Amino acid sequence: MRYWNEPIETMSRDELRSIQDTRLRRTVEKIYTNVEHYRKKMQDKGLLPGDVRGAEDLRLLPFSTKQDLRDTYPYGMFSAPLDQITRIHASSGTTGKQTVVGYTAKDIEIWAECMARCLVMAGQDKRSRVQVSYGYGLFTGGLGAHYGAERLGASTIPTSSGNTQRQIVIMRDFGSTCLCCTPSYALFIAETMEDMGIKKEELSLQAGCFGAEPWTEGMRRQIEDRLGIRAHDIYGLSEIMGPSVSQDCECKAGLHVWEDYFIPEIIDPATGEVLPDGAQGEIVFTTISKEGMPLIRYRTRDISSLTHEVCACGRTHARMGRLKGRTDDMLIIRGVNVFPSQIESVLLGFSNVSPNYRIIVEREGLLDQMTIELEINETLFADTVKGMEDAERGIRRQLDSVLGITSRVRIVEKGTIDRSMGKAVRVIDKRNLIG
Amino acid sequence: MNIVQLSVFVENKVGRLRAITKVLADAGVNILTMSLADTTDFGILRFIADDPDKARNVLSDHDVMCRATDVVAVRVAHTPGALNELLGILGEEGIQIEYMYNYTELAGDGGLACVIILRLSDQANAAELLRGRGIKLEN
Repeated sequence: MRYWNEPIETMSRDELRSIQDTRLRRTVEKIYTNVEHYRKKMQDKGLLPGDVRGAEDLRLLPFSTKQDLRDTYPYGMFSAPLDQITRIHASSGTTGKQTVVGYTAKDIEIWAECMARCLVMAGQDKRSRVQVSYGYGLFTGGLGAHYGAERLGASTIPTSSGNTQRQIVIMRDFGSTCLCCTPSYALFIAETMEDMGIKKEELSLQAGCFGAEPWTEGMRRQIEDRLGIRAHDIYGLSEIMGPSVSQDCECKAGLHVWEDYFIPEIIDPATGEVLPDGAQGEIVFTTISKEGMPLIRYRTRDISSLTHEVCACGRTHARMGRLKGRTDDMLIIRGVNVFPSQIESVLLGFSNVSPNYRIIVEREGLLDQMTIELEINETLFADTVKGMEDAERGIRRQLDSVLGITSRVRIVEKGTIDRSMGKAVRVIDKRNLIG
Repeated sequence: MNIVQLSVFVENKVGRLRAITKVLADAGVNILTMSLADTTDFGILRFIADDPDKARNVLSDHDVMCRATDVVAVRVAHTPGALNELLGILGEEGIQIEYMYNYTELAGDGGLACVIILRLSDQANAAELLRGRGIKLEN
């Protein structure tokens, strides 16, 4: 099986454009009518739905950001009434206010369609066994991949994340052919397999769809080599859909964005100006089929680039470049979103003064490791080793429970953290994501 | 009676301890005795200075985290069994030791005496209790 939906995946750019024009017009009318927040934003720009005739008028429309979702928390951006919403997902919020996304039954169907296309790109079909090791829950990874695998007709194995040894036994015994998880977890699986003395030849694994965190070509080569598979880069974000907004094909020359559902743009994050193919900037998506929560020109804060050239695989859908980073200070650590402000609020609880700290992220072996270096202060300093270790442990536990991932805490001397720029450099990301 | 000990936070890095001793040396502060507790990432330097107020001031001028703690200093004979006897009394009084270190000095009779620095549980009342048991405290 080469394509899941050949007529759509390989349709001419003109036909694709025509679909986009129609669907965009419909989406703009719908949000103008149903979403007060969007209506106001359009009115502020003096725009009426009829002003948007097609995709070429996209740039007339206002951007949307995560802030819009926060301002209208929880349901203010929904375009469909709640009785039509069949699924709600949420992504971790910085200040306790998470962003909420609602899907109608049709949205879930389209999501499954996108994921099925991605799985076929990864060489899977209905005889395949797809092991979903993304977490199941409010995070879109698990259920997103799951519904796509079922849509494909593959035998879907919902292992969710964690319990790695058992995952590996299942993978071997059940003959999983495709693994869906974060790339760092894939490497962790490979390492655990080696510890268990299980060889890649004992597996039936052919491919993997790996995403939800930034990774590199170097990691891809390692995963492919150690698991004996083809590793695909899958991209998504809950606001737009979840995993399967785009994925790379066997050519590994960029991630195909399913343009019959999402229109991508690259903008200059400082000016908002739309940039041409090949230029690097912030990737922005407009959903043109969603019913539950359509978003117009949603700023992802992910740095990428676009090409609209037809790919050697025969697909005509635009390709986005591998993610180059993020425009804001959010860190993605082991697939989990971490904001320095969350860390700061925990540290504040342990000091009477504003904490001076920095966050160091490294990739140790295969997994991301975060260390919080915190300058000693009156509140923290105990005269005994036990007292100091208790303080460190208390902070670490609190961070673990707030962030949902483990970190290290290291108390350092006063004056260790550079303040030469007036403001301390808070984040030092030593993960080498260029290779 | 309690005497003042200073505790300083030191990172486990080459040269950090010296940076602290240099501040004290430049200020002309003499260290009578000290101990260093260590962990993987940091150490705690505890010391008795000839001029604790001055030591504390110069350290905080140099942004060094420093804390004053009350300890007791007990003088015992520099003979076998002297420490054992002291610990026996502490045990009988139900007093726990958080940490201790010591120094030796010349005694009046030309022999040696040992001064033991103790941080005790219930530090506030420990000195009184010990004195009640006939133990001589330095001040």
